Amino acid sequence: MKEYTYSEKKDTRSGFGAGLHELGKNNPEVVALCADLTGSLKMDAFKKDFPERFFQVGIAEANMMGLAAGMTIGGKIPFTGTFANFSTGRVYDQIRQSIAYSGKNVKICASHAGLTLGEDGATHQILEDIGMMKMLPHMTVINPCDFNQTKAATMAIAEYEGPVYLRFGRPSVPNFTPANQKFEIGKAVMLNEGTDVTIIATGHLVWKAILAGKMLEEKGISAEIINIHTIKPLDNEAVLASVRKTKCVVTAEEHNRFGGLGDSVAQVLATNFPAPQEYVATNDTFGESGTPEELMEKYGLTEGNIVAAAERAISRKQ
Amino acid sequence: MNPHNKSIEELKDIAAQVRRDIVRMVHAVNSGHPGGSLGCTDYFVSLYFKVMDYSTDFSMDGKGEDLFFLSNGHISPVWYSTLARAGFFDVSELATFRKIDSRLQGHPATEEGLEGIRVASGSLGQGLSVALGAAQTKKLNNDDKLVYVLMGDGEVEEGQVWEAAMYAAHHKIDNVIATIDRNGQQIDGSTNEVMSLGDLKAKFEAFGWHVLEANGNSFETLLPALEEAKRSTGHGKPVMIMMDTEMGYGVDFMMGSHKWHGVAPNDEQLQIALQQLAVKVASDY
Repeated sequence: MKEYTYSEKKDTRSGFGAGLHELGKNNPEVVALCADLTGSLKMDAFKKDFPERFFQVGIAEANMMGLAAGMTIGGKIPFTGTFANFSTGRVYDQIRQSIAYSGKNVKICASHAGLTLGEDGATHQILEDIGMMKMLPHMTVINPCDFNQTKAATMAIAEYEGPVYLRFGRPSVPNFTPANQKFEIGKAVMLNEGTDVTIIATGHLVWKAILAGKMLEEKGISAEIINIHTIKPLDNEAVLASVRKTKCVVTAEEHNRFGGLGDSVAQVLATNFPAPQEYVATNDTFGESGTPEELMEKYGLTEGNIVAAAERAISRKQ
Repeated sequence: MNPHNKSIEELKDIAAQVRRDIVRMVHAVNSGHPGGSLGCTDYFVSLYFKVMDYSTDFSMDGKGEDLFFLSNGHISPVWYSTLARAGFFDVSELATFRKIDSRLQGHPATEEGLEGIRVASGSLGQGLSVALGAAQTKKLNNDDKLVYVLMGDGEVEEGQVWEAAMYAAHHKIDNVIATIDRNGQQIDGSTNEVMSLGDLKAKFEAFGWHVLEANGNSFETLLPALEEAKRSTGHGKPVMIMMDTEMGYGVDFMMGSHKWHGVAPNDEQLQIALQQLAVKVASDY
């Protein structure tokens, strides 16, 4: 098992804030909009240094999506910032009509996704956003795993022409991917080559997949671990190449098992190379208040859950 | 500079031709929205043949041009006809309206690349936000041209309109001229019956807008109002025209009723309508 280390834990939302600030310096077309959550989205640095390109929208997310669509007309590249729930479900029709169907170059940047925003509870813990956004034609869906990757993703999507949903979170998590990494949209990252089971993880579950890989190694199981930061378009070739080798797969995500990464992987496998798959995901439920650690434990999103799922998947191989 | 810059007499003739297109388009597919289209014809003809500065060589970014957005997308027939008559695409394409493989979708869209359209509309309440965003980009680009947007009066029942109204005043977006088609009708009946709109002029003024009123079915009053609206831009406030129109204007049996909001005329009704919409030299598509 390849060794991964980190010097500190950092929140992915700060990776977004750092990337946005870099864009402010380097790309004069980038503008930012925020719906009264500037501090939570870590957009303060951009606001301070580029005030003429920062637009406070107030608590009016529907208007924010329409404004962003309009701002693209004339060449601006708008980045919208609010919580994942208010970036998707609250404004689905605005995104659908004014952004996705209209092919607008808007970057929808969504923090506090999933259970790990913690104590605020289920009203703010969206577990359906990946599904909603990946169903929209033209939409790219990205869920990076740590600070460095979120910063790189933020900068990369400015170079890509088209609507993007960028999902990240609140808690501090190990920052283990390289600083100044090249981020390729739609390209899976191979973290560990293995032979017995493929673990495909996204977002906060990527580090847990690495921990699970070590635990499996101690049990004599060789896990191939893939970081899928881009859920749409999915790197079908990477998924198929790995599962053709290992013959079974575990998908891991901080999202409902309906509509998330797991379903995208299942579709690729079912139509190309049917293989046993186990889901590490929430099971058609809302979240609740609690610490992030308590919630991940209660809803089955730990490295231990990944290990158990891997063993189940292996046992189902023909 | 407007590429056509027609006289009032010429505008009236163009408007009659656009109205002929509208009733023929909706009749041909037995669907579409003639009522609001006919009511707003004089507004569209004013913008595209007199008021707006634009190029028919369409670019999505529209830099250095006035922009127009239609928020109440269901009145697409009047927009399509006006765009074709103004030279954005050939008038023969109007015959494809609402048919399979057409660029003239039931509600306006960008997906098929129809010249003149910059955002999809139809799901109501979104166009004002889009127009405000485009207006702010014009400011960032030091582009002194204006952004026009039309909404229906029933449409302001959507909450997003008021989010946008508040935003426009707060950010002093004074390079936008919004217009509300105040025809007093919506699908289920009059606005008074369905959802009382109250004093819309006072409401927008309370939100910080500079509000004008105009009769939208008279070039003699509409053109001066549009000129006054232009003069009102650049003074720190968004500008709104409360435009009174009659749904179905120009075809007597379609006027003054919500019943022709989304219903096409039959063969006999079409002939009566065309008789009423006389032009000096009809050039039907």
